[in-house]
Amino acid sequence: MATDNRINFWRKSAKVPGSIQPVYGAQHPPLDPRIQHTFPKDTPKANSLKTKKASSFHEFARSTNDAWDIDDEEDEDFAPCHPATLPPTPHSTSHAPPPPPPSQPADSNGDPRSPGQLDVAAAELRLRPEEDTAGGQVNGRVVVKSSSEALLNTNTARSTLQKQQSLPVRPIIPLVARISDQNSSGAPTMTVRDKSRLDKFKYLLSCPNTDLEELRKHSWSGIPREVRPITWRLLSGYLPANMERREQVLKRKRDEYFGFIEQYYHSRTDETYRDTYRQIHIDIPRTNPLIPLFQQPTVQEVFERILFIWAIRHPASGYVQGINDLVTPFFVVFLSEFVEEDVENFDVASLPLDTQRNIEADSFWCMTKLLDGIQDNYTFAQPGIQNKVKALEELVSRIDEDIHNYFKRNEVEYLQFAFRWMNNLLMRELPLRCTIRLWDTYQAEQEGFSHFHLYVCAAFLIEWRKEILSMVDFQGLLMLLQNLPTIHWGNEEVGLLLAEAYRLKYMFADAPNHYKR
Amino acid sequence: MSDESYNFVFKVVLIGESGVGKSNLLSRYTKNEFTHDSRTTIGVEFSTRTVQLDAITIKAQIWDTAGLERYRAITSAYYRGAVGALLVYDITKHLTYESVERWLKELYDHADPHIVVMLVGNKGDLGSVRTVPTEEAKDFAEKKGLLFIETSALDSTNVEDAFQEVLTEGGQSRGHPWVHQCCDPAQYHRTGQRSAEGTQDLLQEPLTGSDRSGSGFTRSQWLIPV
Repeated sequence: MATDNRINFWRKSAKVPGSIQPVYGAQHPPLDPRIQHTFPKDTPKANSLKTKKASSFHEFARSTNDAWDIDDEEDEDFAPCHPATLPPTPHSTSHAPPPPPPSQPADSNGDPRSPGQLDVAAAELRLRPEEDTAGGQVNGRVVVKSSSEALLNTNTARSTLQKQQSLPVRPIIPLVARISDQNSSGAPTMTVRDKSRLDKFKYLLSCPNTDLEELRKHSWSGIPREVRPITWRLLSGYLPANMERREQVLKRKRDEYFGFIEQYYHSRTDETYRDTYRQIHIDIPRTNPLIPLFQQPTVQEVFERILFIWAIRHPASGYVQGINDLVTPFFVVFLSEFVEEDVENFDVASLPLDTQRNIEADSFWCMTKLLDGIQDNYTFAQPGIQNKVKALEELVSRIDEDIHNYFKRNEVEYLQFAFRWMNNLLMRELPLRCTIRLWDTYQAEQEGFSHFHLYVCAAFLIEWRKEILSMVDFQGLLMLLQNLPTIHWGNEEVGLLLAEAYRLKYMFADAPNHYKR
Repeated sequence: MSDESYNFVFKVVLIGESGVGKSNLLSRYTKNEFTHDSRTTIGVEFSTRTVQLDAITIKAQIWDTAGLERYRAITSAYYRGAVGALLVYDITKHLTYESVERWLKELYDHADPHIVVMLVGNKGDLGSVRTVPTEEAKDFAEKKGLLFIETSALDSTNVEDAFQEVLTEGGQSRGHPWVHQCCDPAQYHRTGQRSAEGTQDLLQEPLTGSDRSGSGFTRSQWLIPV
C-alpha cells in the first residue's frame, strides 16, 4: 500500500496535491511552516505566517499587518521560552534523508505554534493540578466540572494568546458553540480570497460531470461551509459525479436505507440483536453530551437507527464504542445545509420530514463508506488499531527521538493514549468543528482516514513535545496525553497540523518500511 | 507535573459492564466530580489521587476501562501490576450484576493472583428502582471471597471508603508493615482474600514470589508498567 502511494505520489508530483495554490501558501516549493526559530521581526515572519492555512490567515493578515512590529516586546515578556533561545536539540530528522523541496532546513525542533500558544497550553495545564487530599496540603485545586474548567482555561488562554500575537480580539468560544463554523475567530466576514475559493467550488460543482480530482485538490485546504454538504457527498463516492444520475441514485440509496429500517429495525428486541441495540442505546446519550443538538430525542433516534442497521449489516465487527462518534460529523454537515446560524441548538424536528429522512439516509451511507476503509479497527482484537499504533510508534521514533525515548524512560506505551486516537479518529481530542475541517482533508486524500490519519496523529503528538518533555513522571505524561488542551482550536490550528502531517508524509513517502498495513 | 512526594504507587483498576458508573466513580474519587454528561470510555482512561494510609503516602493510580466486550483484547494488558480491582455493577440493572462472574474470570486470567477485589454495587441513590438486593450480592461476595460495598458516585456515598479499603488491603497483600487501622473491617463484609477455588486468609498468605521485589520502600517498585 505504501508502495502504491509512493508511485501515485510521484506520478502526480508536478504540483503539490491540495489546491492550485499549494497548501503552505503562496510559495513554491512549500515552506516549512515551523520555521519560526529565528522569530524574525520582519518579512521572514510574514512569510512564516503565510504558511498558515490561507483562508483563515488572510483575515488575520489584513487586520494585523501593521501590528506585527509592536508585538516583539510583549513576546519577550510572555515567552520565557523564546524560540531563539531554545537549545538546538539533535533530532532524528537530521538523520533521515533530507526532505526534497523545502530549501530551508527543516527544523524539527521548532514547534508549529508560536511560543505564546505553548505557554498558553502550559498555563492550561497548570490550571489542572492533581487533587491532593492528604493532610491539608494546598495544591491549587480547581474543583469544577470539566466543561467550565475548560472554559476558564479558554478565557485565560485566549487573552494571553491575543497579547502574544496582537490578534483582533476573538470572542470567547463556548465549549458547545460553533460546530460548523470552523473559524474560531467568530462570524467571518468573507474575504476576497474566501469568495474566490467559494466561486471556484461553485464552478466545479456546476459542471455536468464534476471533476473529482480538481474537487479533491481544492478540498484539501478546507471546504467552504456553504458547499461542504454536497462536496462531502461527492468526495465520499456517495453522490455520482455525473449530475444527471444524481437524483435517481440518491432516491435509490435513500429508499434502500429506509428499506433496511423496515426490514431490520424491529428486530432490535430479538435475542440475537438485543445486546447490540442495548449498547447503542446507552451510548447515544453519551455522545457529545454537551452539545444540545445531540440531546434531542429526534436526533438520538436517528443515530440509534443508523448505528443499529450498520451494526447488523457488519457482523464481523458489530457495533463498537467509538463508531457512535463517527456518524456525528456527517449528520452535522448535512444538517447545516438547512440551518442558517448555530447548528448546535437547532431543533431538528422542525424540519420537513423528508429532509430529516434524507439527512439520516445520507449520513448512514457516508458513514458506511468511511467505515469500509477502516473496518479492521473494529473487528475482534481490533488488529487495525494495533497496527496503526505500532506504526505511529515507529514513525515517532524516527521523527522525534527525544519524545520516543522519553516515553520509553517513563514506561509510557503508545497504546495507552493512541488507542483512542485511532479508534475515534482524534474526535475525542479535538472539538467537533476541528474534526469537520479535518475530514475535508481526509476525504480529499487517498485513504485519508486510514493512511493520512497516521501522519496527522504523529504531527499531533509532536505538537505537544514541549509539554510532554516537561512532565516528570508516568502519571503526568498520561494525564497530559489524555487531556490535551485543544478546546480553543479552530481552522488555523488544524491547518497547521495538516501542513505538518503533509510534510511528514512527504518525507516518508518513499520509506515504506515504517508503515505496515 | 511534580507534586508532593509519595512512598508508593498503587495501581487499581475499575472493571464492569458498560454504563454502570465506573468513570463517575473515578471522577468522584480523584476530582470530587460527578457529571451526567460523561462520555463513553474508550480504551483506558486514567487518573490519580494521593492519599494517606496511616503514615504512608500512597499515590493511587486508577485505571478506568471500557466495559464493552470488544475492548477486552486491548484492556487485558491493563490488569498487569494492579494491586486492587473494583468490580462495579449497577444495582438497578440486574444484567450488570449477572456479568460479574465473567468479569471475575477475566480478572483471574489476567491479573495478579493476589489482587484485592471489591464488588461494588453502584447507583445507590436510585434505591427505589433497585433490582439487585444487597443481601444477595453480599452473600455472593462472601462466597467468592470478595470485599463488598454499595456506593453512589452521584451523592458520594461510600466512594472514599471503597477506594480506601482496596488500597489498604492491596497494600497489606503486598506486605507493607503498617497495621490495618484505617477502616472498620466489619463494615466491609471482609472475608479474606479470595481465590478462584475457595477462600484463603489474606494475612496468612506467605508473601513470597518474584513479583514482590522484597525489600524497600522505593517508589519505582510499585510503578508497574503495562
